[in-house]
Amino acid sequence: MDALDIARWQFGITTVYHFLLVPLTLGLGPTLVIMQTMWVRTGNERYLRMVKFWGKLYLINFILGVATGLVQEFQFGMAWSEYSRFVGDVFGAPLAMEGLLAFFFESTFLGLWIFGWNRLPKRIHLACLWIAVAGSWVSAFFIIVANSWMQHPVGVALQNGRPVMNDIWAVLTNNTALLAYSHTIFGSLAVAGGFLLGIAWYHLWQRRRDGIDTVDADKRVIVGEAREIVGRDKADHRVWITSLRIGAVVAIVGFAAVAVTGDMQAKLMFEQQPMKMAAAEAACQTGTSFSVLTIGDVGATQNCDNVVGVIEIPGLLSFLATGTFDTQVKGVNDLLPEYQAKYGTTIPDSPVYGAQAGQSIQYVPVMQVTYWGFRLMIGFGILAAFAALVALWLTRKGTVPESKWLMRLAVFGILAPFAANAAGWVFTEMGRQPFVVAPNPTGIDGVFMFTQAAVSPGVSLGELLFSVITLTVVYAALLVVEVRLLFKYARAGVAAAAPELFEHDHDGDPGAGPGHDADGDRSGDVLAFAY
Amino acid sequence: MDALPTIWFIAIAALWIGYLLLEGFDLGVGMHMLFTARTDTERRVMLNSIGPVWDGNEVWLITAGAATFAAFPLWYASLFSSLYLPLTIVLVGLIFRAVAIEYRGKGTSVRWTGAWDRSIGVGSLIVAFGIGAALALTTTGLPINANGDRVGGAFAWFTGYAVLGGFAVVGFCLVHGAVFLALKTDGTVRQKANRFVTRWAPIALLPIVGWVLAVQFTSGRLSCLLLIAGAVVAVSWAWISARRGSEGKAFLGLSIFLVLGAASIFANVFPVLLPSTIDSAFSLTTSNAASGSYTLSVMTVVTAIGLPLVLVYQGWTYWVFRKRISDTNIPAAHTVVDAVRT
Repeated sequence: MDALDIARWQFGITTVYHFLLVPLTLGLGPTLVIMQTMWVRTGNERYLRMVKFWGKLYLINFILGVATGLVQEFQFGMAWSEYSRFVGDVFGAPLAMEGLLAFFFESTFLGLWIFGWNRLPKRIHLACLWIAVAGSWVSAFFIIVANSWMQHPVGVALQNGRPVMNDIWAVLTNNTALLAYSHTIFGSLAVAGGFLLGIAWYHLWQRRRDGIDTVDADKRVIVGEAREIVGRDKADHRVWITSLRIGAVVAIVGFAAVAVTGDMQAKLMFEQQPMKMAAAEAACQTGTSFSVLTIGDVGATQNCDNVVGVIEIPGLLSFLATGTFDTQVKGVNDLLPEYQAKYGTTIPDSPVYGAQAGQSIQYVPVMQVTYWGFRLMIGFGILAAFAALVALWLTRKGTVPESKWLMRLAVFGILAPFAANAAGWVFTEMGRQPFVVAPNPTGIDGVFMFTQAAVSPGVSLGELLFSVITLTVVYAALLVVEVRLLFKYARAGVAAAAPELFEHDHDGDPGAGPGHDADGDRSGDVLAFAY
Repeated sequence: MDALPTIWFIAIAALWIGYLLLEGFDLGVGMHMLFTARTDTERRVMLNSIGPVWDGNEVWLITAGAATFAAFPLWYASLFSSLYLPLTIVLVGLIFRAVAIEYRGKGTSVRWTGAWDRSIGVGSLIVAFGIGAALALTTTGLPINANGDRVGGAFAWFTGYAVLGGFAVVGFCLVHGAVFLALKTDGTVRQKANRFVTRWAPIALLPIVGWVLAVQFTSGRLSCLLLIAGAVVAVSWAWISARRGSEGKAFLGLSIFLVLGAASIFANVFPVLLPSTIDSAFSLTTSNAASGSYTLSVMTVVTAIGLPLVLVYQGWTYWVFRKRISDTNIPAAHTVVDAVRT
């Protein structure tokens, strides 16, 4: 273990963690926008309840994404100062744009949305949500632009050994970025879809278990109400079945688009980072076959000596890479000499590499990670998409089956798209190794950087150990707190998220908002919401 | 001589001043929640006075950091890596503080709210101290070598200036937070905040005055004395106004004090971004640490469009939430129970 390993572990842990939280924010945001827009347009209280309930869960999750995002911005400079010096001219700009053009909008208008219920006119309040959610999507774009530049540098020229930006438009419209962005956004929608589906399923199941909803001879739902449970009225059923359907549709659309964009990304990556894709397929030999199952010591030694393909489909790899069935796709064994010829066989003898200078360069990523990361991503994605389809069919008559196990499966299934997202990121970041800035094969010579050279030379192992342990412990503790809060508020249903809707006997006036009459003693109605 | 690095020096100084001005009172309010408030209602009045705006204010920090990365990557890399340990602790403070603000009201037990109150209070204290130390060090110097890397070990940053800067920002935030609470709340919180300002402001503001003067006397430009004189006038006016009960004037005066005082610091050190205490030849300046002029031009255009917009809509937020908050505005806490038939 040296400082480089610790710095990499820290970046991996903090980034994967951050990106467990962010996809839910990115995906749930637009569904909130739909719900509140429907409420403003139709006046149907069902949508108000939905936006209040899902909005509560959104905010519980949102804040941890904000908090852990700070670490992301700081640690480039803290742990990767040589990287920051090398790429700062081009990499800092999208980060600064993210702050100026996205985070300010997102945070300010979300604050207006949270505290603006009943203070702002309905339409302006709705517009605040639109702007906040748009801000989160724009922020995702800028950070993906930054990341994609590391995968495929464009828009720069080499000056005095450093890339200097000369075309911001090329950086912003990097084809790597546009595809990665759409892939990420659709992946996030899939996460949100599964989240809506799982929790809504739980509530429909709970209503059946409590004997509130029953089914007739045709298995059609007969909606009931439980007066002793706050919020368990007839309208409550509509909240959950609508949420479930929105969730299933969002998930299916998300997954379908993720598959399309993922396929396009793979084809691009075969051109831009051929070694990453060869490693993703454990394709040691040049050929056309796609590996369904490969055994052996896949890449523990980062070489091809022990890799044995068990099930292979001829032609499929070619199809995935190029769209034809017979193009030869270069395997690891043929790519390796090409990389060595282009980028050298040993780490350059330069002081920035410290003790690593002169060591041989390992161009093959850890294939165990790339091969299985790639498959887990796709596997979890397909699984969750299939589950969403089944869920739509099972609930076509207005409620869910009584089975406790199906309910547990639906709730547990929330995790699958999260896992697919995490696996995809681990794959693409580990697959970029040994480069922190991967070379552009058709681009500017010399604009690449080995990860060994990127770490802060002045920072000691002890400092890195302190931060990685501290952050991991803090993150773990806060994950427990967040998940428990999510469970608590998910189980409690709409009544906990919007108590003002149930404070007086509800007269069923669908257009009436919460607040004013519900809390007559709030002088001047300064706060419709309070921490 | 290219004007762009100078423009960006001013822009980053402005972002930091914006951060101290806005999150300054958030951090102060956070500390007062722990040290000044006595009841749960008082704490909630304080928390809700910053509730709608604190997250937007924190973006000033994110943007200051990212703009430093974009405009002066060498400054960003040297400063952040040199201050590895203190910034790690600042990050933990920021994390706990942010999460605590959101989660505090999501439970009702004394244990739950107490733990998050401590997170907000201690987190705010750590952040204020750490940011103050970092800013003081970038204006007074760190032991960095020719490559910009810190030498002398993990604690080489720990100097009298770090401590002075830490206390300077903590003290300023406490006063700024109290002045803000006096302006934005009513009832006992308002009384306590006013009492804090009139009693403690002269002492709490001493360290920040010390920092301003220390920079003035080590790298002094005579013209900056004008800024300092203006700051002294502003803070005197603020204090007199606070004693007279003119809370709006007190807030305005203290804000002018911060802007002029911090401006004097940045103007004094210009064009040095991070002095090296080993050899002044290793110091980072606007000319040797800046990005290329293309990048700076792009960022200038983006900022010229983005920042005025930010000022407009953040200003609008303060207008929307302009009313004072008092204990009668705080709704009772709701207990959250499972929607289940028992």
